[in-house]
Order: sequence, then structure tokens, then C-alpha cells
Amino acid sequence: MDSILSKYKTTKESEVTTWFKAAAVADFSENGGACVKYKNKQIAVFNFKRKGKWYACQNVCPHKLEMVISRGMLGDDRGIPKIACPMHKKTFSLETGKNLNGDVDALAIYPVKIENDFVYIGFSN
Amino acid sequence: MKTIIVVGNGMVGYKFCQRFVEKEESKNYKLLVFGEEPRPAYDRVHLSEFFKNSDAKALEMAPRSWYKEHNIELITNERVTDIHRSKKTISTINERDYSYDYLVLATGSSPFVPPIKGVEKKGIFVYRTIEDLEGMLAYADKIKAKNPNAKAAVLGGGLLGLEAGKAVMDMGLEPHIVEFAPKLMPRQLDIRSSSVLQMTLEAMGLNIHLSKITSQILGDDCITGMEFGEDDELAVDMLVISAGIRPRDELGKTCNLEMGVRGGIVVNNKMQTSDPNIFAIGEVALYNQMIYGLVAPGYEMANVAVEQILKNTEVLMSAEIDMSTKLKLIGVDVASFGEPFMPTSKGHSILFEDKTKGLYKRINVSHDSKTLLGGILVGDASDYNILHQILLNNMTLPNNVEELVIGPREGGGGSPFGSAMDLPDSAQICSCESVTKGQVCNAIEDETCVSFSDIASLTKATTGCGGCKPMVVELVNQTLKSLGKEVKDIICEHFEYSRQELYGILKIKKITSYNEALDSCGKGDGCEICKPLVASIFASLYNDTANKEDVIQDSNDKFLANIQRNGTYSVVPRIPGGEITPEKLIVIGEVGKKYNLYTKITGGQRIDLFGAKLNELPAIWKELIDAGFESGHAYGKSLRTVKSCVGSTWCRYGMDESVSFAIELENRYKGLRSPHKLKGGVSGCIRECAEARGKDFGVIAVEGGWNLYVCGNGGATPKHALLLAEQIDNETCIKYLDRFLMYYIRTAAPLMRTAAWLDKLDGGIEQLKKVVIDDVLDINAELEKEMQFLVDAYKCEWKEAIENEESKKRFSHFVNSDDEDDNIVFVRMREQVIPASWE
Ligand SMILES: Cc1cc2nc3c(=O)[nH]c(=O)nc-3n(C[C@H](O)[C@H](O)[C@H](O)COP(=O)(O)OP(=O)(O)OC[C@H]3O[C@@H](n4cnc5c(N)ncnc54)[C@H](O)[C@@H]3O)c2cc1C
Ligand code: SF4
Ligand code: SF4
Repeated sequence: MDSILSKYKTTKESEVTTWFKAAAVADFSENGGACVKYKNKQIAVFNFKRKGKWYACQNVCPHKLEMVISRGMLGDDRGIPKIACPMHKKTFSLETGKNLNGDVDALAIYPVKIENDFVYIGFSN
Repeated sequence: MKTIIVVGNGMVGYKFCQRFVEKEESKNYKLLVFGEEPRPAYDRVHLSEFFKNSDAKALEMAPRSWYKEHNIELITNERVTDIHRSKKTISTINERDYSYDYLVLATGSSPFVPPIKGVEKKGIFVYRTIEDLEGMLAYADKIKAKNPNAKAAVLGGGLLGLEAGKAVMDMGLEPHIVEFAPKLMPRQLDIRSSSVLQMTLEAMGLNIHLSKITSQILGDDCITGMEFGEDDELAVDMLVISAGIRPRDELGKTCNLEMGVRGGIVVNNKMQTSDPNIFAIGEVALYNQMIYGLVAPGYEMANVAVEQILKNTEVLMSAEIDMSTKLKLIGVDVASFGEPFMPTSKGHSILFEDKTKGLYKRINVSHDSKTLLGGILVGDASDYNILHQILLNNMTLPNNVEELVIGPREGGGGSPFGSAMDLPDSAQICSCESVTKGQVCNAIEDETCVSFSDIASLTKATTGCGGCKPMVVELVNQTLKSLGKEVKDIICEHFEYSRQELYGILKIKKITSYNEALDSCGKGDGCEICKPLVASIFASLYNDTANKEDVIQDSNDKFLANIQRNGTYSVVPRIPGGEITPEKLIVIGEVGKKYNLYTKITGGQRIDLFGAKLNELPAIWKELIDAGFESGHAYGKSLRTVKSCVGSTWCRYGMDESVSFAIELENRYKGLRSPHKLKGGVSGCIRECAEARGKDFGVIAVEGGWNLYVCGNGGATPKHALLLAEQIDNETCIKYLDRFLMYYIRTAAPLMRTAAWLDKLDGGIEQLKKVVIDDVLDINAELEKEMQFLVDAYKCEWKEAIENEESKKRFSHFVNSDDEDDNIVFVRMREQVIPASWE
């Protein structure tokens, strides 16, 4: 089971070697999320319109290992942008991936950029 | 200078040393400690943690240097073999003799190995010392190398056996628990709690075999299986024996101390054996004709022995020993405290069981319901600490004792234990983070914290399982109140209003979108608490379906289906009143077959189809809708079902057409969003086959019309609905129901069901009658109008969802691919699919 989690490592923008062209901006609902398939990875991508920002993280929840984070709800915890897992409402910072209301493992976070109305996610090899 | 020799350096022997050196008078004594094990005393209770990192040091009670610093001579790896009472000396295995003035026997116990044929074979272990665990790990590696699907059994389904079972599972072996009794944890659990626990453990992947008497261990040199009787075998590659303990009392026997019939060295309440200079403590001591296999009593014994030796003779062992225990398995809550089984001569038991959720609670109280005597908690032991506190502090119970079991939880209506403020400061409130009541209240009093969230970040209370949250909230609020500070029941950090206040504001300002709400009366970007709450208010105000703003809907509303354990969803078409044609039944069957769904008939007289993948939902619903079905709103805080009996249509007792009326009511209120789910029932006569009084609204046919009952529910807090009106006709019944439901929707707190709402309503059912029937608030015309608007605005949201390409988009698992989620794993049970278990 751990092998699912070990696929995902937080990637800094400076470490990016591949910008994966995921989908058109219009495919993501405002203030909502969707899941992107990249090779054997599932990445949750969020269009946090209220903050004017995009975020990406692993789609698998570190708690029960279900592929569900993209179906979660966006929000903020005293200013920190967060995502609440739909299964048990664990919340995670979208900036650091840290679990904000418990001590489940952190989510791996990936950089996102928008170019010509397309969403790109950054990966490093 | 006098010499005290301590035989045995286990947890209790160590505790004796620690307590002893804390005393000023200890300077006049020399302490000499013998331990048979190679290392200084370690924390046996947390032995299983050794599997995580094989770090024996981390388990040490104190390092060797500690003994030196305190002038204790510790001799490990040396067993004491004899006591010569007349000479007051002992001898050790290395044939050395030492003299003593006082002797303390803390030799603990050893695992009991039943005399089963073949028990000496390789691959059979006991579970007591670090060496045992090292042996198990090495052997497990060996058998796994040969066979990746190797199996291990644990003999004994007690507290320790279950811990051992989890340990072998974590080692990557297929775990089996074999228990001789017909139940698990026979000393702590009754038969019903055992079966609830069994279901939970099986779901985790532990295989449980009860009522099995092992007659023989199979295999040549190494174990290959266990035989229980003729033709009843279990193939296993390893066995851990956890069949109870036997006191290590051999020293007492050889020197003729008084012994128990079944072993153990007899002690009095000073921990003295039959020889006043020899004390026995811990698991070797037989006190009150009992061996106590827990550390807490052992520690108390150590303390008593210290005081007695130092002549503080008034310190005696408690007459009653608390045997409360909480199983420390990850993922399973089990606790047993006080007297878990109690004869009816002593008091009553209050029981609650919900196998669907793996919950069982039993609370034993005295005949006058004033005193807590003990209990059992399975599935949710979050109340263990507080119940245990009540027991230990002998506190008087609240009037409604049943609330200790079923709890007025809904709507966060405070603690069932009277006020949490009545607890002593030392009471542990948050068991996950070990936070006491004193820590919470003091932090508020000295102004380190000014709110619940401050307390949560400072003390970490509530951040674990969260079970203590209602209590912590109450402590924070009560303490703030006592300091004269204002406490507001606000929704969350984004909206500083109660639900009822926000409902009023949104209605008056005619706000229709979430962003507008946030901008005009909230702050920040919202969260998982306020978003669904605002969505629910919009639905109640405008009957907006969940399609309108899917991103603020609770996950289940967003996808118009309940998310299940493995990330798949359930599909529940509406079957009003439970009446369905054979043709439609066939459609459901065909759909279930086509999409390989697990089907089950629900208590609400309809059919749940489980295991649909997100991307399959639109196609499944299209087929159902084409056949004339509608959404059943099983996912929403909204009307679920109106259950009915066949009534006068078929039943010879029937007084009226209960099915027709149930269908009419269900169709009228379908899609109605409310603070919590709503259920109804209609029975054709007072025999009440539809269980209508267990619903939020229930209608029963009587001579001359219908009786209308409101505010009942089943579930965790069962309540019978109360009579609102008698002998009324269909039209009046609907009128009263419109008013009642709308009044509830307007004024209830989020997630508060009608029963809890009525509890809170000043004046209760009598007041409700005044409002709904006599219109004392002069709002009925308005309530009826609002309800009629909602009824007219009804749309099947599934139909709406699949007819719109844009809103269908959210049902694909990936934005950039049509692939399905390949992470979903099903297994089969009784010819249907179910999710593979978690971990
Ligand atoms: C896996 C496991 C989990 C447990 N979990 C819990 C729990 O959750 N809660 C709880 O309350 N209890 C638990 N227990 C029980 C608890 O560990 C015991 O109650 C406690 O350790 C008893 O302490 P003791 O000092 O009496 O005996 P021990 O810890 O057994 O110490 C006795 C020591 O004396 C030594 N000794 C024996 N004879 C001689 C001799 N002749 N000469 C020299 N040395 C000798 C032994 O080698 C041993 O080191 C658990 C036990 C195990 C094994
Ligand atoms: S709350 Fe948890 S189980 Fe749970 S799926 Fe999420 S992160 Fe998960
Ligand atoms: S409630 Fe009365 S009418 Fe309905 S099925 Fe039962 S006996 Fe018949």
C-alpha cells in the first residue's frame, strides 16, 4: 500500500524538469477541483478563483489511500488555502500539504502554471 | 544499613525502585535488584512498538545509569534460584548468595502454554519479551521468503492475543485468531460486543475463529497447521501463543510461602506474604484471590510495599482494584471498565448496538440510576475517559442516564454527562492528546487562550479523533461565560452568525450565490463547514438543486450520490411509499447486473445499489430515469422516504389506505432540503407495521381519520414521535405537516434532527401545537406559502444533471482522460462485490 504514497513527492518549481500540459482552464470549475492523469500518477488540481491561484497535489488521501482529494472542498484556515477530503473531512494546506486538523501525513504538492489558457503541472524526474 | 533485595526487574520491580529512591528515608537502605532478562526493565505494555523500529532502548523504563545514580545495584542476566528464609539469604543461578533484611518478589508472570500435542515445534512463539519478538521477526522473514502468502495464527483472542494478531498482520503475514471461548476478549466483553468487535476486526483483515479447541499442532519439525477436531484444520506457518499468564511463583513454592490453589504468592493488603519480611508485588502476587494482569494495580502494589517497608503502615492496597482497560489497537476502539458484566441483582444495563457502524455500548448503573458501575464500549470509545472519570470519582449520574449511551449528540447540544464543568481538574478530556480539564480551563482563565481554536492549537485537544470536541467546546464556553465573556454560537471563522441568523440575512438580502454571501456578510474564502451550510439554506429558500453551485455542496450532494468506503458511490432511486411494479424492479435488477453493483434492500423500503464508479453514475442514472425513476436524495440532508404498510388495500386490519397516503406525502416533500435528513411513515392502523412513530413525521390511521406524530427517529438516539393532532383528514394532515416542516427548516441548527430540535424548543410539543395548530406566532400563512413554493419548484436533480453536458463533466474521474480510477479494488462476498478492506 505504501507504494501508492511513495509515488508522490512534493516538487518545487525550481526542480521541475517537465511541465505537463494537463487540460484547458475551462475544464476546471471555479473554486473547484479535478483530477489529472499523468503517467501512473493521479494529481488533484484546484482552481482557487477566490484567491486567483491554482494548486496541485496528490489525489490519493494519505489517511485511507483513496483517490478522492480532487473531489474535496476548497477553503481557508485563517488565510491558509486548504482542501478538505470528502471522506472524513481531513483538511490539508494547499501550500505545504500539511494536515491542518490532525496528524495524517502531508500531501505532496506540485507547481502549476497557466499558459495560453492551458493548465500545466510541474514534475521532476 | 539494611538491605532490600528485589527479585525481578520488570515494570513493577522498576516502579518499586523508583518510588523507593524518591523517599528521604531510603538513604538508610541498600537496594539490590536481580533481573533474569539481559536488559534493564522496559515498557512491556508498549512491547508491540518494538515491531516498528526494533529499538529496544526506546522502551527502557530508565537507562542503566539511572540505577547507578540512585545507588541501586542492578544485576541483570542472573536468575534468583532459591530463598533461605531462616538464614534470610537468596542464591542465584551462578551459585552466589546474598543476604537480605527485606525481600521483594516482583517476578511477574510467564505466558501460559497449554499442553497441546506438538507445541514444542519450531515456529511457535509466546509474546512477552523483546527476545520473543526478535524471534518472531526472524522467523516471519524466513517463512515469507519461502511463501509470500504465509499465514500466522494467534492462539487466544484476549486483549494480548488481538494485539499479537495485529502485530503478525503488520509483519505481512495472513493473520488468524483462534479462540477457545465463543467470544473475543472473554474477560472484558459480553457476547454482543464481541460480535461487533469481530466484524470490525474481520473488516481490517483479521480472520477470527471462535469456539475452537486446538487438539494438536501439525507438522514435522516446523509447524504447518493446527488441528481442532476431526476434519477441522487450519494451515499456518507460525503460531503465537497468548493463552493467558501464569505467575512466576516458583521461588515462593520452594521456600514454602503460602500459595494460591491455582498459583500466585498470597499477599495481604500490605503486600506482605506469609513471611512478614518477604513482599510480593505485580503479576506474581495473589491479592484478594486474584492475579492482576495490568500495570496500574502493579504500580499501586509497588507503592504500598515501599511505604510498608518504610513503616508508613497506614498506606494499604485498595480493597477494590480497577480493571478498566482500553485496547490499544490502531483502528479499533474497545474499552471495558468497572464491572463490565453485572448481575441484575446489582443494577441495570443500558445497551446500544449498531452493527452497521460497528458500534456497541453497554453501561451498567445502580438500581436507582445514580451510580455508574461499569460498561463496555466498542467502535467508539471516545467516552471511555470521561465515563472512567465518573466511575473513579464516584460522581452522581445525570437524570437521563440513557444519554450516557445514546448521547444528545445531534446539533452539539452539549455533553450527556451533566456539565463537563463538574468534572475534577485532573479528568482527562482528550485521550488522544492527554489533555486534562484543568489544562483547558486554566488556559482560558489566564487568558493564554480566548477561543476554542486557540485551545485546539495550544493543547492539541480535539485534533486526534475529535471525539472530545463537544466536551472541549463546552468547557471553553462555560469558562468564558464564568469570566463574563460573550460566547457566540457561530458557524465558523467565515461567518460570525448562527445558522438561523444567517438564514434570515440571506433571505432578507435575497442573496443567491455563495460568493455573494461571503462578500456581503462573511470573510475569507469559506470552508467545508460554511459552504454546505449556505448551500442548504439556498436549497431551503429557493429549492436550488445541488447542480447549481456544485463546488459548495457536501461531497455527497456534489455528486448526487453517497461516497462509499472505497471512493465509489451508491445509487438510490426513489420508490415512493415502497410501492414498485415488477417492471421497474426488473429495471433495477438489470442495471445492477450490467454495472456489477452490490444491491441491498434498505430499511426505508427501497433498493440501494453500491459500488458505482464516479464516471458510471450518469449512464446508470440515464437508464433509471428513462425507465421512470427519479433521484431518491439518499445523499442529501433532505426527505429520504415515507415508509408505509400495505394498509386497507390488502390488510384485513387496515383502517385506511396507508400506501396511497405515503406516496402522496413522499411525492409532496421529495427534494426538500432541510437541516438534517427527514423520514416519514404511514401505518394503516395502530398495529404500526410501518414504524411511523420512529420517524420525523408519522401518520397512523385511526377511527375517524389520521393521527399525526412528529419528531421521532431511529438511529443512534431512538425517540418515539409525539402526538401533534388526532383524527384529522388528509388535507389537514398535509397542512399541519407543511407548517411543521417549514418551521423546523427555518429554525433548527445545522445537522439537528427534529427530535433534538423539539428538545430545544421552549415549551416542547405543547408549544409546537400552539404554533402549528393555533398559529400563535401568526406565521402559518407564510410557512404554507413557502412550502408550496418549494413543492412547485421541485426538479429531479439527476435528470437535470445528465441533461446538461456542462454539469455532467464533473462525473469523469480525470479531466484529461476517459480512463477509470484503477485504484479501486473489489472483493466478493456472498456472490456480490464489496470494497477491499482498508489496510
Ligand atoms: C504485549 C503486552 C501488552 C500488554 N499491554 C498491557 C496494557 O495495555 N495494559 C496493561 O495494564 N497491561 C498490559 N500488559 C501487562 C503488563 O505488561 C504487566 O502487567 C506488567 O508488565 C507486569 O509487571 P511485573 O513487573 O509484575 O512483571 P514483568 O514485567 O513480567 O517483570 C518480571 C520480571 O522478573 C523477571 N524474573 C522472573 N523471575 C525471576 C527470578 N527468579 N530472578 C530474576 N528475575 C526474574 C522476569 O524475567 C521479568 O523481567 C501487557 C503485556 C504484554 C506482554
Ligand atoms: S479524511 Fe482521510 S480517509 Fe479519509 S479519505 Fe481523507 S484524508 Fe482520506
Ligand atoms: S399497520 Fe395495521 S393496516 Fe398496516 S399492515 Fe399493520 S396491521 Fe395492517
